[in-house]
Amino acid sequence: MPETVLKGKAIKLGDNVSTDDIIPGRFAHLRSDLAELSKHTFEDLVPNFASRVNQGNFLVAGRNFGSGSSREHAPLVIKMSGIAAILAKSAARIFFRNAINQGLPVLLCDTNQINDGDQLEINLTEGVITNLTSNAKLTSTKIPSLMFAILKEGGLIPYIKKHKDFKL
Amino acid sequence: MGKTLAEKILSLKSGTDAKSGDIVIANVDLVFVQDTTGPLAIKQFEESGLRTIAAPEKTAIFLDHAAPSPTQQTSNDHMLLRRFARETNCHIYDVGNGICHQLVAELFANPGNIIVGADSHTVTAGALCGFGTGMGSTDIATAMALGKTWFRVPETFLINLSGSFSKGVYAKDLILSLIGQLGADGATYKALEFGGESSARLTMSERLTIANMVVEAGAKVGLFPSDEVTQSFLSSRGRGDSYKPLYPDADASYERIMSINLASLEPMVAFPHTVDNVRPVSEAKGTKVQQVFIGTCTNGRLEDLAVAASILHGKKKYPDTRLLIAPASQQVLLQSIEKGYIHSLVESGAVILPPGCAACLGLHQGVLGDGETCLSTANRNFKGRMGNPTAMIYLASPATAAASAITGEITDPREVMT
Repeated sequence: MPETVLKGKAIKLGDNVSTDDIIPGRFAHLRSDLAELSKHTFEDLVPNFASRVNQGNFLVAGRNFGSGSSREHAPLVIKMSGIAAILAKSAARIFFRNAINQGLPVLLCDTNQINDGDQLEINLTEGVITNLTSNAKLTSTKIPSLMFAILKEGGLIPYIKKHKDFKL
Repeated sequence: MGKTLAEKILSLKSGTDAKSGDIVIANVDLVFVQDTTGPLAIKQFEESGLRTIAAPEKTAIFLDHAAPSPTQQTSNDHMLLRRFARETNCHIYDVGNGICHQLVAELFANPGNIIVGADSHTVTAGALCGFGTGMGSTDIATAMALGKTWFRVPETFLINLSGSFSKGVYAKDLILSLIGQLGADGATYKALEFGGESSARLTMSERLTIANMVVEAGAKVGLFPSDEVTQSFLSSRGRGDSYKPLYPDADASYERIMSINLASLEPMVAFPHTVDNVRPVSEAKGTKVQQVFIGTCTNGRLEDLAVAASILHGKKKYPDTRLLIAPASQQVLLQSIEKGYIHSLVESGAVILPPGCAACLGLHQGVLGDGETCLSTANRNFKGRMGNPTAMIYLASPATAAASAITGEITDPREVMT
């Protein structure tokens, strides 16, 4: 996690966005070819997703983001699209772990305070989100310190390379 | 204060006095991947620099999700997984052996175990009082290398079961009803624990169906106490020595306690496109179905095929409805042949698919056409799940599925059961 303060634009999504919405299961044969697989990110849910995203944008969702399958390709293709963080009211636990393991921050907060297109500033260390468009300040749920340590290293593989083990 | 089943198992395996909310590092008894998550796990394993897997005998690869392979890319992924198994000497169950979660139940899961798999339905092992939970490929790669992983000890919801199922009502109807009550995120991060006099009477097949679907309410694990039913299942699998009784403490602390009287349930259907969109079968009555699919880690066991065969025996499926049946494992297929179920099903017009995930996730063997409707015994009905985002998927029990295959529309099984 090189940057602890992120700035970017919100792309708003709804509730119960599943990993099948993020990257449909029918493209499972492309999972070893991430460049090809990532062309299908959000294909069924957000038409022209790739052209809507700019580097550093945030996905802002409702409840239960990332529900369903354990496919880690879901946070992986989101990260590849340029999304810098995900904000949601709640996230499915496997997706939440997978995103952190990929070095992609997920912040749980009241996303009703954010509209599509709002400019946000996220302080990852403090877990505070400032909506620069409305001037609202949001606090996200604290994540376990081990998860924060993994995120700080940029994901689980860099963390393991450095520590060789989990450190509580 | 006493412990829930989840706290007991995580205490045992972490060597700590684990209470809900704690973060613990615990040893794992089985770590596995399947063919759609395994290749990324291997890539991450190789990148981690950890070089060796902790315990080949506690590591398994299952080729089940796209098996036999429908594409060149998947065939190459299968080759990669076979090579990794040869190099590390871990277990591999190649195409046709069956679905990972069924094989884990048949061959590996024991009470008090921790089982982590790169598949969300790893929770199925909770039927045997194994702490089974799904993770992504990187967590699994790390667990393979270290022989352990970290857990947040979950709070537990106790689900107390009383009464008996009435005719035409099954374990699938119970878990669908519970998911409908909880909602798709009602138990996120939580453990579900099943208890009460009727829980103790549920067969292992029923427990596997129920535990399999707890993740559809967001749960991390769904545990049944280890009791005589567990003992008898393990003995029948030649693993009687692995049995140990395991119950929650009487003074365990639960975040929420729910009660369900099985006698109050009726056949249920999950409507498109979320698993918690659950209503009584009467509300779906008359919905035309072009495909009926009976199988999966939820409902592809011998007892499920027995129910389907008993309903379809001597009858024909509706001409314009395809009936696809996939036994959950090779052993389920062999026993279904021996008991005559396969004969009855094929005579009724069913297509028998190889043991594996088959049509469940839209990779092969029953991909839906534009605007088609499928009634499935699987655990997910998300938009696009069966390979076509314009298709509609309804979920129900094998009995409801078999009855609907006869009429070509969603049908209350009690109308055709004699």
